[in-house]
Amino acid sequence: MMNLADSAPVTNNLLGSEADSQRTLYPYVTGTSVIGIKYKDGILFAADMGGSYGSTLRYKSVERLKSVGKHSVIGASGEISDFQEIMRYLDELILYDNMWDDGNSVGPKEVHNYLTRVMYNRRNKFNPLWNSLVLGGIKNGQKYLGTVSMIGVNYVDDHVATGFGNHLARPILRDEWHENLTYEEGVKLLEKCMRVLLYRDRSAVNKLQIAKITDEGFTLSEPYSLKTFWDFNAFKNPTLGAEGSW
Amino acid sequence: MTKQQANWSPYDNNGGTCVAIAGADYCVIAADTRMSTGYSILTRDYSKIIQLADKSVMASSGFQADVRALQKVLAARHLIYQHQHNKQMSCPAMAQLLSNTLYFKRFFPYYAFNVLGGLDSEGKGCVFTYDAVGSYERVGYSAQGSGATLITPFLDNQLKSPSPLLLPAKDAVTPLSEIEAIDLVKTCFASATERDIYTGDKVEMLVLNASGIRREFMELRKD
Repeated sequence: MMNLADSAPVTNNLLGSEADSQRTLYPYVTGTSVIGIKYKDGILFAADMGGSYGSTLRYKSVERLKSVGKHSVIGASGEISDFQEIMRYLDELILYDNMWDDGNSVGPKEVHNYLTRVMYNRRNKFNPLWNSLVLGGIKNGQKYLGTVSMIGVNYVDDHVATGFGNHLARPILRDEWHENLTYEEGVKLLEKCMRVLLYRDRSAVNKLQIAKITDEGFTLSEPYSLKTFWDFNAFKNPTLGAEGSW
Repeated sequence: MTKQQANWSPYDNNGGTCVAIAGADYCVIAADTRMSTGYSILTRDYSKIIQLADKSVMASSGFQADVRALQKVLAARHLIYQHQHNKQMSCPAMAQLLSNTLYFKRFFPYYAFNVLGGLDSEGKGCVFTYDAVGSYERVGYSAQGSGATLITPFLDNQLKSPSPLLLPAKDAVTPLSEIEAIDLVKTCFASATERDIYTGDKVEMLVLNASGIRREFMELRKD
């Protein structure tokens, strides 16, 4: 049930007595990778809509990409209920920002910083929010894309990913990403990465959404599936030579 | 039923190497810009160096979230110091503050391996080197982080520091010129990059001297 790609397993004797059973020990319903890239007009995110309950693909319509205020998008992998909690914190942040009514608005850099502090503080109390978050946006033409892990590790880059995305998608992005991708090129690149994840990440489901944020605003695509190809010769007659082999 | 144990660690090692060398009237502080986790590279362009005061620069490797928190704490404390004393903190003062800040979390440490460099009140280069819980020492040069074991013996050979046991105490700063010291630092990183998987991509170097502060970059192997 544990998302191995998110943290290293270890036993820890500093964790206190029976009374501390309120702390998060394991994730229960989890989402898999999220990928984000900068492109010409803003930021593009992709995430599938799966919510796994251990090895069961229990929920297949989970929206893991959400807008935050006018300028940002957040994508989450890991425990879905913790993501819902984070959305409550962010909704409160945006509400207070709007209430100032001073013409200023919270941008992606501020949201990223806020999330980093929240995740790090929970880690300090040994009660983490079991998520890896991707945060991106554009404000006054300035593009921003960053990520935060469940223990507070954070950085910005031109392309980011969580979980298996770091292993499978980042290498593709390092090779094929460049400045000034058009929207079509960006989506094609994200789909290429999502297809690899679909083939190789067992928690992936073939139902994804693409989120876009530009100075014009936020759009979230309708869910759709990728075409896959299973007719490779290597996949034909897979049990040939099985007897006697391991 | 046995009690369920948590199976996550509050720490991670994001790798990287930091080096500092003190000269008669300058100080070089350098760190690579790679950030890793496990066998993955997270990003190739991440600065581990922060200028805390006019004449104090800190480079830290280890667990990035703790390093960032430590940098914020020190920057905040320096701001308060400026409000209260109407001047910048000296490098030796910052050195003590860093030590105290680290020891404050002696029983849940900042997993940060720090090197503090700068100019002392006489304008001479100074380098302070730390462990994760605050024990520190002023030295002529230091390396910390994943490549430290590869770099330190090389610096020991090239800089020939006098023994700290000598009386009268001999100056630990190197007689090398600024250009020679920067060249030495570049050589250190090029070598460490060959054998340490967590070191590479780019090295960022800051040079402090009487005329101010200067930043230089050098490309390193990306594998």
